[in-house]
Formats: sequence, structure tokens, C-alpha cells
Amino acid sequence: MTIQPVAVKVTHIDKWFGENSNKTYAVRDTSFIANKGEILFIVGPSGSGKTTLLSIISGILRPDNGKVLIDGEDIWTLNEDQLAEFRLNKIGFVFQDYHLFPRLSTLENVAIPLILKHLPWDTALTEARQYLDIVGLANKEHLPPRQLSGGEQQRVAIARAIVSQPDLLILDEPTASLDGETGKKIVGFIKEKILTHQRAIIIVTHDARIVDYADKIMHMEDGKNIGIEKVEHAQ
Amino acid sequence: MILRDNDQDSLMLYVAYKPSLNNKGLTPMNGLYNIALKLLINDRGKFLALLIGVTFSIFLITMMTSMFSGILNRASSSVNNVGAKIWVLDPAVTNIVSSIPLPDYVLNYAKSARGVKFASPIFFSTALAKLKDGLYQPISIIGIDDKTLFGRPPLVTGNIQDIFAENGFIIVKDSDYEKLHSPMIGDEFEVNDFRAKIVGIATLPYSGIFGIPTLYTTYQRAITYLPTGRSTISYILIEPQTDKDIEQIKNDIRKIGYEALTREEFTNKIANFYKYRTGLGINVLLMTVISFIVGLSISGQTFYSFIYENLEKFGALKAIGAKGSELIKMILIQSLFTSLVGYGMGVGLAALVILFARERVANYAAQITFNNLFLALGLVLIIAAISSYIGIRKVLTIQPFDIFRN
Repeated sequence: MTIQPVAVKVTHIDKWFGENSNKTYAVRDTSFIANKGEILFIVGPSGSGKTTLLSIISGILRPDNGKVLIDGEDIWTLNEDQLAEFRLNKIGFVFQDYHLFPRLSTLENVAIPLILKHLPWDTALTEARQYLDIVGLANKEHLPPRQLSGGEQQRVAIARAIVSQPDLLILDEPTASLDGETGKKIVGFIKEKILTHQRAIIIVTHDARIVDYADKIMHMEDGKNIGIEKVEHAQ
Repeated sequence: MILRDNDQDSLMLYVAYKPSLNNKGLTPMNGLYNIALKLLINDRGKFLALLIGVTFSIFLITMMTSMFSGILNRASSSVNNVGAKIWVLDPAVTNIVSSIPLPDYVLNYAKSARGVKFASPIFFSTALAKLKDGLYQPISIIGIDDKTLFGRPPLVTGNIQDIFAENGFIIVKDSDYEKLHSPMIGDEFEVNDFRAKIVGIATLPYSGIFGIPTLYTTYQRAITYLPTGRSTISYILIEPQTDKDIEQIKNDIRKIGYEALTREEFTNKIANFYKYRTGLGINVLLMTVISFIVGLSISGQTFYSFIYENLEKFGALKAIGAKGSELIKMILIQSLFTSLVGYGMGVGLAALVILFARERVANYAAQITFNNLFLALGLVLIIAAISSYIGIRKVLTIQPFDIFRN
């Protein structure tokens, strides 16, 4: 058995909204570890705090207590600009509704993180093309996202998320807008092609059909981590 | 949906590319600007609406201010046409057609003042010309000094000496020339029951404001043909010995209760009269402000809705790692680009309309000056700034967390 390096270490995270009598905990005393080379699923009913936790891990919602260490760096000690830079370099996002730009071509959508990294336009497009190829959409680089199927848009979002080669990939309900078969294929593809030994993947989902692809599953309820199970895969 | 199974080569490439991602581009903002402009231009409906709003606004602003400039320019046309360096006038005079006659002693005083090379009287009046067909046509008559002929117009036909011939008048061939049935040398008409005969045809660089033909004759003939009071001199034209003498001359004239103005000062005085004392200025200002508000409303509203529709995308950009300052730059470049393109189109359209109108309407008074262009540019930049501000405020309020929460 190999010991996998820690990608994300979350320690005693609290997040509440409102004050005094209106104070409501969205996440309460939650800790866990996600290792490189594995896929962690965060599951739980609506309102259990999954999305809030995901936002805290991603460096876009400041916790009220606790620490988030990504590659050993306590991200919540960084200022806003440093956090933006950190997200750009270390974290890839696949949003539930993809949030692709309808007025840009598929290729330009994929290149956005590289452009934000200040790569020259042509270089960014050239590099983005490699990633569009990885997700099997090289022949559709000129099309706008609206001309792609839901599954294809999801793959474009994945290409955009990995184009800057992040160490942590975060997917929010990646199968929510897809039919069951396509959803499975997408997650299978992520596991097969996108997961590397240098990268951890965290997926928030309700979708019980895809949990077979997880290496670990964290269950949340009422803002708390109520348990993590390790999934054994048949070799 | 078919996923590709054989992507090993691509995967290797992707790993091999990693080090190059650390390179910084030489032109760091170009990519972002490209993205910003593509987002804007590819949204054709909104971009067109924005362009129409700004173009229409700039067109109206440019047209209004150009017409105003044209009118002001024509209001001072006689001052510029005559070309004297110094004009002596009653301080109560507000514009060239409302001259207050000067007594002869002012002319004598001016002639003897220090630094004066020469001084000449000039007479301005309007009259009715009775044409051969019995119709009457208002005309403007300028009487120039018999001795010096100072202020005479350049002739295209005829000899200036013929102005001394009996009943001699020189007509200016401008857009109003046809109103006297395009007279030729030798043609006659009547002014105040006096016979007038065309002895020369002249051209002038500037046309008058009132759209009536202009005729030149000698000062003595002018005051003989036209009714006057005891004093007959409308203005005294002074040529200083040197430009350094101008201040001295102005001071000396002031001592006897009159005013000596340089050509520029007199032009400004006339312009100020039309701007502030005729209602013309306030009306033009009002129209300019309305045009500005129309442009601002259309572009501000459209830009806001453009930003609003793309709000979640901006939020996604923030989540991915765009800094607030980068989003601000994207919005600024979008509004600046729209405004400058709209500015160019608005000014171009105004120029075309003015050119077209000048070809069709003889007396059309409009001119695009650098001041007009700078004013329109200033206003379009304000439109851009306010539109951007609205967009930036909205974009800065969106939190990436909202994107996760949908």
C-alpha cells in the first residue's frame, strides 16, 4: 500500500451566517483530508453544507473558524488578490451549470484560465487546443458552447478546469444537468483521464449512481462531516 | 455521447506543456482585452443597441454644436471679411449689425492717436433693393472709406476703381447672390429710389448670418443713399503701426469713452452676445444636454443589461482566479471601445449630413470645429465612464460563492 501525499487538509471548519439569535451554522467543526491521486465525493442532502464547504475549500468563502491547507499552504492567510492567484494556479473548477461563455468559441472558453495567467493570446489558444483534444472535442473548437450537447459542454468545462494544470480539481454536481448514462461516462472519464498522481479531485454530488467512482465518500448532514468511507475498488 | 478512449498521446502532451505555463506573456492584458471585446462584439444585438445609442447621441451633440459654431462664425463674418486689426465702437454695441453711430471727432482722434498707421470709417446698414421685376429684396450695404478703400473685398470680376463710378456697387458672389437675380457688371437696381449699378463682383471667405446679399460701395455714397442720423460712422477701422501699439491705442480710445477691440475681441464679443443674450446659446446647450442624456440613457441601460446578463460569467471568472482589477479593466475596455466607435460613427454621420446639407442648402450654417470634436469626445468619455461605473459596481458585488449556489 502506498501513502498518498495530502492535497487538501481541512481542520475544524466553522461557517455561520447571521449573528446572535439569527446565527445559523452552514458548516460546523468539519475536518477531513483529501489525498493526491484520489477522488473524494462529498455527499449529503440539500442544505447539508456541501456547497458552503466546497466554497471554503476553494478559497472563495472565508470560514469563521478553522484552516484549509492546500499543498501545505494555509489559503485563508492570503489576501484577496493572492487568493485569486492561488485559485488560478492551484484549483480547477467545474461548475454545476458549466458557466461557459456563450459568445466565445469552445477553444476560447478553454483558454480563459491561461489568458488570466497572462499568456499571450496565440499561446493560450495553442495550449488550450491540447486540452480540448484530451476531452475529445478538438473538432469542435470553433463552435460556440450552445451548439454542443450537455455532455460536451461538461467536457469543455472540464478542459477549462484542467488547462492550467491545477493540483486540486473541484466539481460541483457534475452530473446534475446530464442524463444518467452521460453522467456516468463523464465521471468515468474524469477518473480515467483527468485524475493524476499529482492531483486530487473533490466532487460534490447528490447522484448516487456515480459514487462507485469515488475513492472516498464524505457524508455531510446539518453542516457536519458525519463520516468518511473509503471505497474499495476491484482491481 | 462518445468519449475518446485513446487519449494517451494528448495526455502526454498536456504533462509536457506544464513548464511553459509559468511563462509570462509580453503583452499581459491583450488576451483579457480580446476576451472582453469578443464578449461585447459577439453579442450583436446589444452591441448594436449600444452603438446606436452612442452614435445617435454624438451625432446630435455634434450637429447642435456645429450649427452653433456655424451661426457664431457667420455672425462675425463681416469682422473677419473686412480684416481690420482694430475696430473702434461704442461700448454699448453688442453685435456688428447693431452699430451705434460714432461722431466724427472720434475718427479724428483715432487718426491722431499714438501708434496708429491709419484709421478709416466704415458704414454698415441694411436696405431694400428694388429689382427690375418690381420685387424688393433686403440687402446689406457696406460703405468703405473713399480715400483708402480699406476693407474692400477681393474682386473676381471688374476693377476696384469703378466703385467711384456713378452709382457704383460691388456685389459679393456668395450663396445669397442669386437673390438679386445673379446680376452681372452693368446690371442696375434701385436702393431708396437711387439708381445702383453693379461695377464689380467679389468673393468673401465668410458668408453672412441673415441670408441677404451683400453690396459694397463708397462710404460717401452709402450715407447718401441710406437714411442716417447726425453721426454716420458705424465703426472706425484702425491699422496700428506695429502690433505692440495695439494696447496703447486701446487705452487712448478708452479715454474718450469708446472701445477699441482687436478683431478676435470683437468676434468674441459678438459670439458672447449670441451665446448669452439671444437664447441661442441656452437652447443649444439644452439640446446638447438632452442629446447627452439620451445617449447616456440608451448606452447606460444597454450596458447595464449586458453586464447583468453576463454577471454569472463574471462571477465564474472571479472564481477561476480573475482579480477585481482585471474585471474592471475588461468592463472599461468594453465601454471605451463602444464609446469610441460610436463617437467615430456619430461624428462621421454628422460630417456627412453637414456636407450633404451644404450641397443642398445654400445658406446652411454648420461647421465642425476642434472644439466641437473635443466637447463630443469629452461627453462620450463621460458616457463611457458612467456606463462602466454602473457595470463595475454590479460586477464587484457578485461573489463567486453565488455561482456555486446558482
